[in-house]
Order: sequence, then C-alpha cells, then structure tokens
Amino acid sequence: MDISQIINNANAEWDDLIKSKIPTILVGNATCGRSAGSQEIIDTFKEETKKQGLECNVLETGCIGMCYLEPIVCIHKQGHPLTFYSNIGKQDAIDLVNSYLINDKNLDKKTIGVIDNGIKSDLPDLYNTPVMKPQVRLVLQNCGIIDPTNLNHYLANRGYTGVQKILDYSPEQIIEEVKESGLRGRGGAGFPTWRKWMFCKEAKADKKYLICNADEGDPGAFMNRSLLEGDPHSLLEGMIIAAYAIGADTGYIYCRAEYPLALVRLRLAIKQATEKNLLGDNILSSKFSFHIKIKEGAGAFVCGEETALIASIEGERGMPRTRPPFPAVSGLWKKPTIINNVDTLASIARIFQNDAKWFSQYGTEKSKGTKTFALVGKVKNTGLIEVPLGISLKEIIFDIGGGVPNGKKFKAVQTGGPSGGCVPEELLDIPVDYESLAQAGTIMGSGGLVVMDEDTCMVDIARYFLDFAQKESCGKCAPCRLGTKQMLDILEDITSGKGKIEDIDLLERLGNGIKKGSLCGLGQTAPNPVLTTIRYFRNEYEDHILHKKCTSLVCKDLIYYDIIPEKCTGCHICFKSCPVNAISGNSKDIHEIDQDLCIKCGMCLDKCPVKFNAIEVYPGSKIMEEQDNE
Amino acid sequence: MNTTLSKVFSEFKGKPEDLIPILQKVQETEGFLSESLMADIAKFIKLPLSKVHGVATFYAQFRFTPKGKNHVMLCRGTACHVKGAPRVLEEIENQLNIKEGETSADLEYSIESVACIGACSLAPCAMVNDKVEADLTPQKVEKIFSKAKK
Repeated sequence: MDISQIINNANAEWDDLIKSKIPTILVGNATCGRSAGSQEIIDTFKEETKKQGLECNVLETGCIGMCYLEPIVCIHKQGHPLTFYSNIGKQDAIDLVNSYLINDKNLDKKTIGVIDNGIKSDLPDLYNTPVMKPQVRLVLQNCGIIDPTNLNHYLANRGYTGVQKILDYSPEQIIEEVKESGLRGRGGAGFPTWRKWMFCKEAKADKKYLICNADEGDPGAFMNRSLLEGDPHSLLEGMIIAAYAIGADTGYIYCRAEYPLALVRLRLAIKQATEKNLLGDNILSSKFSFHIKIKEGAGAFVCGEETALIASIEGERGMPRTRPPFPAVSGLWKKPTIINNVDTLASIARIFQNDAKWFSQYGTEKSKGTKTFALVGKVKNTGLIEVPLGISLKEIIFDIGGGVPNGKKFKAVQTGGPSGGCVPEELLDIPVDYESLAQAGTIMGSGGLVVMDEDTCMVDIARYFLDFAQKESCGKCAPCRLGTKQMLDILEDITSGKGKIEDIDLLERLGNGIKKGSLCGLGQTAPNPVLTTIRYFRNEYEDHILHKKCTSLVCKDLIYYDIIPEKCTGCHICFKSCPVNAISGNSKDIHEIDQDLCIKCGMCLDKCPVKFNAIEVYPGSKIMEEQDNE
Repeated sequence: MNTTLSKVFSEFKGKPEDLIPILQKVQETEGFLSESLMADIAKFIKLPLSKVHGVATFYAQFRFTPKGKNHVMLCRGTACHVKGAPRVLEEIENQLNIKEGETSADLEYSIESVACIGACSLAPCAMVNDKVEADLTPQKVEKIFSKAKK
C-alpha cells in the first residue's frame, strides 16, 4: 500500500471517529491520569454504556497537560463540540453516560471547555480558558487528543507528512530549513540544531548514528515523559528527518527505565511505523533506510551529558570524556553521532509538517519557536505547558499557573533543575529565552519550572540540589567530585546552625572554581543553585548563620515547637503522640514541650486537633530566646 | 547456572554493549544482582567480574540486596522536596520500621528513594509497587501502611 492510500485510510478512520453517530470517549490515561484513577473511569464507562445498551468507543489518550484536573475525559458526540471534562469520578462517569450521552444534558459543572469543530456552543472555548490562552501548542498538539497507540490518529493529524516531504529534499536543504526555523537544542544549552547537524553531515565516515536523549533526569521535569506517552510518533518522525539529514542509518532512543509506560508506547510506535514502511529499509520506497533501537537508561543523571550517554550505550560506566573531539565528529563507537533531545526532535517533526517560517513566527529574535515546561511546585495549576519563547515568567506562573495556592506569598521559581538557578520575584518580568535566563544566573534547561513560596527555605533548596549533584557526580574529575562535597558540607553546617559568616564567600569562591574546573556540564553547572540563592537571597543565609533562624521553618535545627498555653486544653493527644516523651503535663492541665528533648518531628503539630490549634512552630531556638531575655 | 539465567543469555550475543541490558533483564527476573549472578554474567560476556561490578554499582537502578514484596519508591524530586517529601519519607520509615535503602527482615517491605519519577504535578508522590500514590502527607502515609504495623 502506498503512503497516500495509508493516509486516506487514516483520515477516513479519524473522520469516522469524530463525525460518527457512535460517540467516542477519550480518557487521559498517562501516568498522571492513572494515579488519579483513570483506569477505574475507563472501566466505568465501558460497564455503564454496556449496561445502557449504548454503542460507544472508549479510548485511551495521553496527557493534555492539566494534570491538576485529572482524570480528564474528552467526548466526541455527533452534533456537539468536542467537550473536555475534569476531575471525573466514578459517579460522574455514570452521569455523563446517562445525562449527556443518552439525554443530551451536559454536565456543565465538570466541563473545562470545548474545541471548536464547527458546531456552535455556549460552553467556553478550551483554548481560550486562562490556562490555555497564553499557550501555543505545537509539540504538544496531539497530546490528550489522539490515541497514542493508534498510528492512524497520528497520520490523520498531518503525521509523517514531514517524512514524505523530506524524501524529495537533499540533506543540505533540510539543514537549511532547520537553520531558517531558528530551532535551538531543547536539552538545555540551546546550541543551534542546524549547526550541530552540519558538523555531523560533513564528517566523513562509513557509519553515523543518531541518538535521542530521553533520559530526562532533572528532578522536577516530565516534558519528555508526557510526549512519549501521549504522542510517540512525533519523536519517531523527527528522528527519521534528522537521520536523513545527517546520513545516519541507525538510531537509538536512550530512555529512562523509570518511565515504563513511555517505553511500552515507544516500542509499539516503532513496530507500527516499521509495518507501514515509515521506518526500516528503503523508507517509503526511497533509497533511505533507518532503524531505531531502544536503550533503557539505568538511572544516572550524568548520562544526560553527551559523552557519558554514549559510554552508557557502549556498556560502560556513564562517565564523560574530554571534548573535542565532539560526538558529531567522533561519538558512538567512534563514529559521527548526533544527540538530540526529545523536544528538539518533536519540534523538527512539526517544522517539516509545516515549514520553517510557520515555526519561526513564534518566539523572539534569537530564541525561536515554543518550549514545553513542567510547571510544578507551589503553584495552583500544575502540569505540562507549551509557550512561545519570550513569554515572561510572570505570565507563566500567574496567568497559566494561577499563582501560589493557599494565599501564600511567592518567593522564587527554579528553572533548569540542578544545573539552573532560582529566580526571585523582582526578576519575574524577564522574558523566557536562552540569553535572558543566562543573564539572571540560571539556564533554560530541559524545562522544569518549580515554583517556591514563603514556606520554602532557599538555603535548604541549595543544599538539596548540591546533595543531588554530589550523589550524581561520576567522580572522574576532582573539582566536581571533591568540590561539590565541600560545598555540601558547608551548606549542611549552615542549615544545622553551625555556619560561619565567612562561609558565604567561601561558597562563592568554591562554586566559581568548580564551574571553571569541571570536565562536563554536570560540574560546570552544579554550583548554580547555590550561587543564585546567595545572589538573590543572601539575607536567608545570614539569618541562618548570624541569627540561627530559619524563617521559612524548614531547617529543623533552627526552629522550635511550642504549645500556646491559652489554647491548650490538656487533651493529652500530643502527649501520647510524642515519640521521645518530650511533652509533659497531666490530662486537663496545660502541656509543655521540653526543648532539650524535642527532636522536632512535628508529630504533635499534626496530631493537635484543628479546633484547638495549640501548637505553633517558630524560627530560632526557645532556649536562646530565653537566655537573651534574661 | 539456573534456567532463567540461560534463558536471559539466549536473547543476547554477549557483546560488551549487552552488559547493561543483561543486568537489567537479570535483575527483573531475579529481583536483585547477587555476587554469583554477576559472576555468571561476567563469564558469559567475557569480561572481568570487577568490570561487571563496576558498571552495576555505577547505576542507581541496580540493587544488590533483595527487595521486599512491597517495594516503596519515594520520589525526592524538586517538586516533591518543596512539597514536603522529607517528612513523608520519615513517616514511611516510621510506619514500616525500616530506613531508606533497607528491606524488612521478613522481606515484606523495602524503601528506596529515587531522583524523580516524573509525576511532579502529583507531588509529593511515591510508587508502591507499580502504583503511583499522589499528594502524600504523613496522614495519608499512615493510612496506606496502617496494615503493615499490625
């Protein structure tokens, strides 16, 4: 069967699905949906429609990004717009079948919005809701809307038209088009994709490799997981185009073993694409052959570094080596190798499904296109978003994210994971592009945005990241191996009340030395979280060191618990909950905490009935305060 | 050599780059990598045992002690950290009476913390066997594991 026929069949299947008399229910069943109970919802829909004798398709889809609203359900019903529902429980599913599918009465209170399919509706337009309006979904266009296990759904949404198109192009033409699009690597550093490809294309070798880095190791990021679970063919299409441009016949997807569902979806997608001759020998009857293998990462953050990742595929410890030679010249098994991030390759698919101009209409002069981010932490609307580059952090956090929950005050946003830094409130207006973020001392990174509020201690966050970097350091070069350990020791001293004021300068000196002296990106960026928190939140370091206080009430050694005598009723609950018997007082008497014995586990605070609220946490030390008063 | 091991080996040619996939497969079928399993792998792939050991200990995924029937993987990602993962871990340790990285003597429970399970919007979260438990609090942990204490 030739490709136009395959696409015609796919279009027919898709049209049939969205226009048919038989309604289709799509349930978001990616990792986030599943943990919110989507599997039960799928079963309920199946049971209830069967019970009511209603013919109906129940399909699984990926994640549309609004993870805080899961389980999300989307229903195609003839004569109605495509409607999305949030937080669907078992009873809601039963109601949707009986009131909406059978009786046309929509479940308005659960409706998020609709996607216009030509049918007028009073319900809000999904893409015009506050969360969606500032977003531009290019890479994520299919996530949450198509069934990721069905190749025809992808094909019917312009899928693989990029591959068809480039088979008539020369590799130079492809690279030229990528250059025109302005796409820069989405893995973090932002190197122009076309230039990297050019190096590899020009390298002379009998064999070349393409590797997709799907070893999303940044804690606080899951952009790649969502795309692989929700739209795996986009990655494959981008890889086929990239391989053709650089002249590779073998590709690897290096994916984390911690993403079991993504691996299942990828394996299926590769099988489907191979069956339709979109992958394999002589793709679509051309002279171009390309095969993709999956390598499961075994859990090492440093493998995000190109040369370490290559070592890992070769079966070695994932340790980086000095560059040059760069992998584009000598990489996997000493052959020219291109390593691109999932987001970069999926963007490639979109660029060739459309064109370079279309892609470069979004973004700023130097940072073109869109970027997916995982917006998480202390923010109301957590989830996956895609925005045009150049948007401000403020728009992302307050318009799309809805701000900080529980009436708390915003403190900082962390970008770029352990390699990035914390951006304070006064810099929230800066545009999200590679250069502006670098100027603020952080990086774009792969796309984690972790929001922090007044309850987050910035010294503790610095310690947390250093702890991570120190554990993940491969140990090859001394600045990273020994330097991160030294910095961590100092930070642990500060957070436990043993810090000295000269430690702050020492941290800065050490940090700058580690940045200059380390072999690979891990060490060169590991001090960033510490350096940015010192730059923007020096007062918190000083509070910890000089006043022995953690005003965010995080560092255990710098806080204390106390019972408010006026509120205590002597109910004795805290007395019983204390694991170290630090609370004294008879039933009906006012209780007291022995500060010398207290281990600050917080059990008493958790157990004290809300109606009394008699236990409070304070920064500093009660013993010291009493001494000061005397 | 046991039969499951030879079955795993039959899927590979025994090239150096097969080492990590073999370690993964063997761990999947045997639960953990014992000294003798690693010796068999080294023989099959014709590498010194020290090399096999070196690679296995480099990666966080590999374990050298058995895991419990119920395996708890607590996420220590940034989002989980700022939303209270340290206190959740304390409570899990408290409920199961073992520390992170340990397996209970009766092999019922084991706790491990991982860099990030990529479910950041559900923070703080943990995977108990293959199920993601979302939005954990010490109270919720108590509820999930209350059976364990009895």
